[in-house]
Amino acid sequence: MKFPLSWLREFVALPSNVTADQVADSLLRQGLEVESVSHLGEDLVGPVVVARVLTVEVLTEFKKPIRWVSVDAGEGEPRWMICGAENFAPGDLVVVVKPGAILPGGFAITARETYGHTSNGMICSSKELGLGEDHSGIVVLPEGSANLGDDAIALLGLQDSVIDLAVTPDRGYALSMRGIAREVATAFSLEFKDPVSKYSLSKIGASIKADISDTTGADRLVLSSVSGWNPAAHSPLWMQTRLTLCGMRPISLAVDVTNYVMLELGQPLHAFDAQKVHGTLRVRRAASGEKLETLDHVKRPLISDDLVIADDKGPLALAGTMGGLESEISDSTSSILLEAAHFIPATVGRMSRRHKLSSEASRRLERGVDHDLPPAASARAIALLCEFGGGVHDSSIDVDNRTIQSPIIFDPHYASRLVGYSYSVESVESHLRSVGCEIAKGEKWEITPPSWRPDLTIGEDLVEEVARLEGYEKIPSVMLTQSSSRGLTAVQRARRNVGRTLAGHDFVEVLNYPFHSSEVLDSFGVGKDDSRRNLIALINPISEEEPFLRSTLLPGLCATLKRNLGRGAKQVALFEMGSLFFAEGFTQAPTIGVDKAPTSAELTALMGSIPRQPQSVAGVLAGARESEGWQGKSLPSSWSDAVAAACAVVESLGASVEVRSAEMAPWHPGRGAAIYADGDLVGYAGEIHPRVLKNLDLPTRTSAFEIDLDRLGVARPVHAPIFSIQPPAIQDIALIVAETVATAEVVQALVAGGGAELERVELFDRYAGEPIPDGSVSLAFTLTFRAHDRTLTGDEVAMMRSAAVSEAISRCGATLRG
Amino acid sequence: MSAPNKSYDPVEVATLKVEYLQGVVADAIAAFIAARTGEDLKDARIAHAGDRSPLSLANREIGALPPAAKAEAGKRVAAARQEINQALADAQERVDVADEARVVQEERVDVTLPMRRRPVGARHPLTTLRDRIADLFIGMGYEVAEGPELENEWFNFDALNIGVDHPARSTADTFYIAPEGSGLVLRTHTSPVQARTMLTQQPPIYVICPGRTYRTDELDATHTPVFGQVEGLVIDRGVTMAHLKGTLDHFATSMFGEGIVTRLRPSFFPFTEPSAEVDLKCFRCKGADSTCRTCGGQGWIEWGGCGMVNPKVLVACGIDTSEFSGFAFGMGLERTLMFRHGVTDMRDIVEGDVRFTSAFGMEV
Repeated sequence: MKFPLSWLREFVALPSNVTADQVADSLLRQGLEVESVSHLGEDLVGPVVVARVLTVEVLTEFKKPIRWVSVDAGEGEPRWMICGAENFAPGDLVVVVKPGAILPGGFAITARETYGHTSNGMICSSKELGLGEDHSGIVVLPEGSANLGDDAIALLGLQDSVIDLAVTPDRGYALSMRGIAREVATAFSLEFKDPVSKYSLSKIGASIKADISDTTGADRLVLSSVSGWNPAAHSPLWMQTRLTLCGMRPISLAVDVTNYVMLELGQPLHAFDAQKVHGTLRVRRAASGEKLETLDHVKRPLISDDLVIADDKGPLALAGTMGGLESEISDSTSSILLEAAHFIPATVGRMSRRHKLSSEASRRLERGVDHDLPPAASARAIALLCEFGGGVHDSSIDVDNRTIQSPIIFDPHYASRLVGYSYSVESVESHLRSVGCEIAKGEKWEITPPSWRPDLTIGEDLVEEVARLEGYEKIPSVMLTQSSSRGLTAVQRARRNVGRTLAGHDFVEVLNYPFHSSEVLDSFGVGKDDSRRNLIALINPISEEEPFLRSTLLPGLCATLKRNLGRGAKQVALFEMGSLFFAEGFTQAPTIGVDKAPTSAELTALMGSIPRQPQSVAGVLAGARESEGWQGKSLPSSWSDAVAAACAVVESLGASVEVRSAEMAPWHPGRGAAIYADGDLVGYAGEIHPRVLKNLDLPTRTSAFEIDLDRLGVARPVHAPIFSIQPPAIQDIALIVAETVATAEVVQALVAGGGAELERVELFDRYAGEPIPDGSVSLAFTLTFRAHDRTLTGDEVAMMRSAAVSEAISRCGATLRG
Repeated sequence: MSAPNKSYDPVEVATLKVEYLQGVVADAIAAFIAARTGEDLKDARIAHAGDRSPLSLANREIGALPPAAKAEAGKRVAAARQEINQALADAQERVDVADEARVVQEERVDVTLPMRRRPVGARHPLTTLRDRIADLFIGMGYEVAEGPELENEWFNFDALNIGVDHPARSTADTFYIAPEGSGLVLRTHTSPVQARTMLTQQPPIYVICPGRTYRTDELDATHTPVFGQVEGLVIDRGVTMAHLKGTLDHFATSMFGEGIVTRLRPSFFPFTEPSAEVDLKCFRCKGADSTCRTCGGQGWIEWGGCGMVNPKVLVACGIDTSEFSGFAFGMGLERTLMFRHGVTDMRDIVEGDVRFTSAFGMEV
């Protein structure tokens, strides 16, 4: 809420040297967030005065219309000036700056020769006066609002400070001068007299008809009738000025008065044209099928949860949210029905969100308005309507269904215990009283919060009041530690390990949004029965194109890869770790309350209501793995880098890795591998299918891997190795096998045949071509034999080598070369 | 080789004469000195100290000498060999040094050549920041608690005193899972992890909950619909707001360095009471520059929210409020990263440009 400091001073006797910044700072410390403090007219220098236009002569010899104007500024003789605007006529009251004045922005006014005349001042627009952005025309003041020659700076509030507060949902009372003034008075230890105490509603009787049909929507309705209304009456200038400074637009006297009283006291009010209201004014739920055209000219279909103010014919207003067009005050209104009600916050909140209508009224009612306020606010508004609009207060009705909250039982020492700072019992009492609480003292205190603080319901609420008014800065800083942490869990350590491993393999981590389309799975070639089609959809996605939660990390990685390539990167290897989401493994939980902890059955149901969200790690790479340089040609990245990275992930947790040829989307059917950890399938790696790369417009040979971290599990315990210090015996062999035979199978055969002393098998060459027969390939291995207890003899080694080779021959159809 | 003397024959053997041996030694020394390289010296060694060198040939003649002369000649040859060997060793050392100097000179390379052919890998700074915060709190005796990103509304809202009509539950703020009425959302904060922890562990509870969270904001320079949060929760006997402040001060100092100033400012959250915002005194301008772009001239920057856990939350999560109290706090990871490292645009954190991430390496 925006408010000018000058208005605040009417409610609190702030010393004149207290600045707006000091007020803002004190409010901030008390928990009212200050959005901004603006100092209006800081650089404005007078004279700026009220004047009446006497004559207007249009000079026609120029490209645009120019007027030569004389005004009476109360100086005894006319003052002449040139003016370009056209929205005024002789007799209008305008604002004139005289030579010597400086307008906001450092615009100095002098008497100057222009358009063949000496212009002795300037007639001002709102923008020129710093009142707003409206530069469309001259400010024309209401007739009778000022005397000629009056200082317009004071009259129009041209030099003031405006504080803008962002009010949290619990502090509805601070959306009024009344509430703000109370806080400021407390901050500066000044006396505060509640302005509401000045107003009481009279003429309460039953001559007008009002009713609340739905007490879950409203618990108080005050309706008053004012007759003899002069629809031509204007709001006084001071009221218009204040409304403007508070960020509201003056509209008409009736509307301005309701807005003014709302800003002043906090009570939203609505004025109906009494002639347009038929029968009883009633607060009720809308019937489905009913419609209402609101003041913003939107025809709104209503639902049965909408709360309306209706007459016998139908809805007239959305309760506490916006009035209807039909019963709006008009130029012909002669009597007014003024409504001041207390609506239940949740009802208004739901309605304002449903209709996407956040009004000044709904913002207040949603946060909670003082339910004692409707009669006093009505009285205040009626007085203003009668004073400036010539009306007469006929009668009022007060439909009152308030429920009175029971007092809070409060231990005055609780604040000290909960905050960890010693508040004296006296200060606890004084802070609670300053917010308006009534206190009945005993061993425990019975505290009755004031009607304007519906947010105070439990002892902790009262502790916050004490702590904030004493000042949060008084709270000491005391370190608290605990000595029983077991550190990261095995799962957490495994994730770190995997991340570091991939970064150590030159992959760069990215964190993509987990949203994608189902079409992207089409372009990835993911089959209809694939579990990755088990997508979870969002009701309100950021983008309608990506309404699903990801079931694989690869689409996001491919998009980020493409972005990097598009930005000129030539060697990109990316990885991501994160959740996947599958529409499986859950059942909807029943409705569970919060007044006590869920039972263990309820807790199990809650835990079981969550869809499966496995952790996954994936990587993509494209471009050169090693760039071209003086060392040699560039080494393109390939399927093998993806497989190597996947293996590194598995091995980083101490699992033994196995690679098998596999066909799985989106991988190339001849260049894709299934990755096994300790015999369990954990993921896939290899080159992406050329068709997929074409669909995605990614470079050929782009490779990828994806591993299910949940299946991979945590780090395996490491048993210290026992290693031989005997000399090794090295044997090289070359085997010819059909090219369809997997090298891993040959290695497995050699290991199986070589026996316990075969320490290592390394492939050092793979060759196809002459003299190797077509369809076959030569695999050259180095076999390292070593025993634990002795140096192996030549005969022993020869036997072991031969046993290894025999196994390869029998299992893989190999022949020994040369 | 001369034939052995079968009988005493005092023939003088020329090669064993003193003068001759002196000549052999002098020749050898001269040849060694002349050698410039290992190869030269090898040739000289074979010529002057090898099996067929003059000295070796002379040595063979000793056997033919009369017994009376053998000792004398043997001494002479041995002395000459000694002299030659010494000279050879000296020369060897000299040429080794020279050879090595030549070789290392010849093998000289331009070490300024660019040698890296692979870009360096890196972890995302949000990850390393999250890990660093986890480590800090583990050092303070906390454990790291985690939970699902797709969460039941009960954990995300109900248990946290966020009623059915609270504005945060509208689709303008929260991502809802289809179909309507599924009761599932993308968690809007990591607080549901706190609720889960309280429901499954006995106090004392000291946990830090880092994780990914979601709100329906459009991506711009300061907002992202998917962001990281780190929340802390302590439930124990006698826990106070002063403990909360002490913990936050320690956290702030660890994140932003000694001398950082914090401020608690009263605020409102449904799940804490009393509640506060945690502000940091602007570390760029220290509150002295009304045009400062870091704090917008306010002097303070909002870092996160905190407070004493609302008893309604404790009750819903099965904590005995007569025995235990607790505090909770939550900070945005992106915001923390932006402050610490001068990141000016949220999109840099989100878009995955390797140039951004690589700058942070493996640790923040």
